[in-house]
Amino acid sequence: MSRARADEEEYWHSSKFRAFTFDDEDDELSQLKESKRAVNSLRDIVDDDDDDLERVSWSGEPVGSISWSIKETASSSTSSLEGRDSSLQKGSSSYAAFPKQVSSYSLSSLFKGEFCLSFSALSDTGVKNYAPELRRPKAEYKDYSSDWNPKDTVRRMQRGKICSLERFRSLQDKLVLLDEAVAGHDGNVITAVLIFLKRTLRREILFRELEVRQVALCHLIHFLKETGEQKLLLDLLRLCFFSLSLQLSQYREHLNIQDVEKRREFLKGCIGLPFSAEDTSHIQDHYTLLERQIIIEANDRHLETAGQSEIFRKYPRKASILNMPLVTTLFYSCFYHYTEAEGTFSSPTNLKKTFKIPDKQYVLTALAARAKLRAWDDVDALFTTKNWLGYTKKKAPIGFHRVVEILQRNNAPVQVLQEYVRLVEDVETRLNLATKYKCHDVVIETYKDLKDRIQLTAYKCKVERGSAEEEKINSILNNMVRNAY
Amino acid sequence: MAAHLSSGRVNLTALREAGRRELREFLDKCAGSKAIVWDEYLTGPFGLIAQYSLLKEHEVEKMFTLKPGRLPPADVKNIIFFVRPKLELMDIITDNVLREDRGRSPQRDFHILFVPRRSLLCEQWLKEQGVLGSFIHREQYSLDLIPFDGDLLSMESESAFKECYLESDQTSLYHAAKGLMTLQALYGTIPQIFGKGECARHVANMMIRMKREFPGSQNSIFPVFDTLLLLDRNVDLLTPLATQLTYEGLIDEIYGIQNTYVKLPPEKFAPKKQGEGGKDLPTEPKKLQLNSAEELYAEIRDKNFNAVGSVLSKKAKIISAAFEERHHAKTVGEIKQFVSQLPHMQAARSSLANHTSIAELIKDITTSEDFFDNLTVEQEFMSGIDTDKVNNYIEDCIAQKHPLIKILRLVCLQSVCNSGLKQKVLDHYKREILQTYGYEHILTLNNLEKAGLLKPQTSGRNNYPTIRKTLRLWMDDVNEQNPNDISYVYSGYAPLSVRLAQLLARPGWRSIEEVLKMLPGPHFEERQQLPTGLQKKRQHGENRVTLVFFLGGVTYAEIAALRFLSQMEDGGTEYVIATTKLINGTSWIKSLMDKLEPAPF
Repeated sequence: MSRARADEEEYWHSSKFRAFTFDDEDDELSQLKESKRAVNSLRDIVDDDDDDLERVSWSGEPVGSISWSIKETASSSTSSLEGRDSSLQKGSSSYAAFPKQVSSYSLSSLFKGEFCLSFSALSDTGVKNYAPELRRPKAEYKDYSSDWNPKDTVRRMQRGKICSLERFRSLQDKLVLLDEAVAGHDGNVITAVLIFLKRTLRREILFRELEVRQVALCHLIHFLKETGEQKLLLDLLRLCFFSLSLQLSQYREHLNIQDVEKRREFLKGCIGLPFSAEDTSHIQDHYTLLERQIIIEANDRHLETAGQSEIFRKYPRKASILNMPLVTTLFYSCFYHYTEAEGTFSSPTNLKKTFKIPDKQYVLTALAARAKLRAWDDVDALFTTKNWLGYTKKKAPIGFHRVVEILQRNNAPVQVLQEYVRLVEDVETRLNLATKYKCHDVVIETYKDLKDRIQLTAYKCKVERGSAEEEKINSILNNMVRNAY
Repeated sequence: MAAHLSSGRVNLTALREAGRRELREFLDKCAGSKAIVWDEYLTGPFGLIAQYSLLKEHEVEKMFTLKPGRLPPADVKNIIFFVRPKLELMDIITDNVLREDRGRSPQRDFHILFVPRRSLLCEQWLKEQGVLGSFIHREQYSLDLIPFDGDLLSMESESAFKECYLESDQTSLYHAAKGLMTLQALYGTIPQIFGKGECARHVANMMIRMKREFPGSQNSIFPVFDTLLLLDRNVDLLTPLATQLTYEGLIDEIYGIQNTYVKLPPEKFAPKKQGEGGKDLPTEPKKLQLNSAEELYAEIRDKNFNAVGSVLSKKAKIISAAFEERHHAKTVGEIKQFVSQLPHMQAARSSLANHTSIAELIKDITTSEDFFDNLTVEQEFMSGIDTDKVNNYIEDCIAQKHPLIKILRLVCLQSVCNSGLKQKVLDHYKREILQTYGYEHILTLNNLEKAGLLKPQTSGRNNYPTIRKTLRLWMDDVNEQNPNDISYVYSGYAPLSVRLAQLLARPGWRSIEEVLKMLPGPHFEERQQLPTGLQKKRQHGENRVTLVFFLGGVTYAEIAALRFLSQMEDGGTEYVIATTKLINGTSWIKSLMDKLEPAPF
């Protein structure tokens, strides 16, 4: 070790890399930079082109991996293919053409159409496993005997075998079969049995039995959702008044309705469903909001196309307001309809009242909207309160430091910014903000109040030479001296 | 290509080999030249089993991704579809087959390989479209547990947690049990099974039943694993919600690791050559494989990120020194020796360059104000501070419309750390979220409630402080550089799941009965009888091997914590980790969110 150490020392004293110090182990960031530099400087020594060890294409795929090869073999073959080959070469990026379902292993989501039970001619190759324990059990040799009980039937189906379920004629038998399938936890089989029951049982009986078999019920609901059998699904939900989430799954349907009018009607219908009190109020709000948006949208589109409203001419709308969240709608209304009387549907105050938007949320949104329009008077009014004696006072439910941040983000001029920085109560925060946004007056006054000569002197270098600010600092410093003696 | 799989205590190459054998057997059934049409989702997991070279040896000449339209005109005898049994994929296959030019000669044969299982209903679907008869071979390839690294297996079943807890669909548990049976067939019967949670109980039951159903096929392999620990994700909902602070964990949090690959912004990886700086910068993301085959990565991946910088800088020093050696090489022999080491040195150098760049990318984020604020709030919650009132930072984030998933992670974390939120607090958060992000998210909130991640405090009692104290989940004096406890992976918080594994090994769960009862689901122990010849006689000082199976997902930080325990001197136990899916808080919450239709504009 000591020899290595000595070598290392020698190296550091003789090489051109001496420039950086590794002793300074404390500073993470500088260490990273150093190692980066060191590594980069090595590139001069060694030619960079030869990654012979393992060939890696630029995208990082080792040459020879499967996804790399797909691109390779595909691009080398299909040059004349109706212009599709360019998208082929892109591989993954062009894949978005059809819906990507993420679930990989659950098989319960696969089924559509009727499960055909006269399925006979399928070859018997399903179960071949490398694991000895999983190789065909003895039971399988009596494959074609016709007296399988429900248990054996379910086992066979789990192994991907074909079974005729027709032998289960009585309700009793069918229910035993279902319970057996549920006990096996294999969604593939549970769904297959459910499809059989759905086909062979009267709806009322099926629903009645499922009510006491929650797991099976969930599988059926999931299956109906996947296959888009809306009517049966809604019947099922209507009949079984138990789980909250099932009601919500009906509410969910509105997302599939593109037409806003129809969507509104659908939501109206949802209000009556037996949700929890709290969910009902959210869904009621959702309906009311969409109703409002439809009215506002119709009006504003008209105003915009007429071209007579200045605000729409100056700031054309980027998108329709339909289906936007409430806060976005409030922002929109603060932007385009700020001064409207409370009576109109599009006025911010009306929205605030209808949806009981908390003060904080309202002020934040209004501030952001008005600041974007650079309507500083509105901003000012937002924080001005009058007490009963007629005195005005500045108050912000969100704290003035937040006000400053939002104004700054909207590029408010220093004069405006400084007014609010001044109002930040916490001295340290105030100083930080004032320094950060170059509100010199505020900094100077704060140091003056703190009687901090040192900081004030130090700050002199931050202001322009010969400026009014510098003069101000000098006069304060002089005053302080005089007062000190 | 797979050396890293045999580096651990259990040689997982055998599992990979079994998978390859099955694949070869299938390919050989379709005699003659072939083209494979891939369900793209499968290429990632398959890539961990086989390279293109294996397929090529078995006459696979072309490969395409599955998409509608006419198949490319490859001149091969066989076309094989490798697909998951999903109906929308069957539709695409149908389209492919129907558009095949019947006039072409020679005709091409079609085959389907279903992964992981053949589905009668998919075949029925194909039959209704009138194409089932076009397929000569229809088989299944049970890819249950895929080896990711020498000590890591995953089923890559993204929605397992959601299916179990939201949809009461336990198919993924059935597959987990099957995967475990395969594993036992290769590595011997596991004599002891412990478990905690409802799903764990189910899997254990299924294993026992499957074993019963195959009498006579007595396994005569000497057991490699001593213990199996089945852990339900819902026993520990807290851990995935917290931001992982290990190197690998942060890479996953920020960029997302998919099947051991990560895609990174290319700017930092631009090949810097003198004289051509700034010219054609690559625009495609840089893709890197991350596993223990890379020496440097194996060393740093499980470290707390704050300890990574110093390692990288030391490595830089060593490599620089090694390259400097060339000045000292005087004799031909010395030069020859230097040259022979060059490939290794170059590999080390490029590895170091990559990780320095990645560390820089991460550093940019971890030093940001917002990352710090977020972490502060997380740590407050986990150490039990102010979990019972509306949090200002969360409110601010909502007001600024930060990504919804971030908000949900924090709110759920608060809820879990308070055994549910006070009704008033919960209502407040819900209202703010719905008003800001849209009412339709009521569906997502409902899912989270159903999964137990977000809930009102019903019992009126907060159990979390008791659990935290008994299991020592919060450690104030954490050492990130030279850790002495698993809490280093979250800089203070010791993952509950791993604590359970640790306490099981020593001193045993009997010491924490009370806390186990507070956590959801049953805890249990089962024994599987071994024939007398196979009972293990432990050498003195030999470590036990425990397989920890996380049902519902595991994070990289938890894996790091288990590896830390494996490496502890006198630890006495080495861990192999299996899971339904590698997750992080974001991917987990995402899997629980209601899949909303894309906005119409």
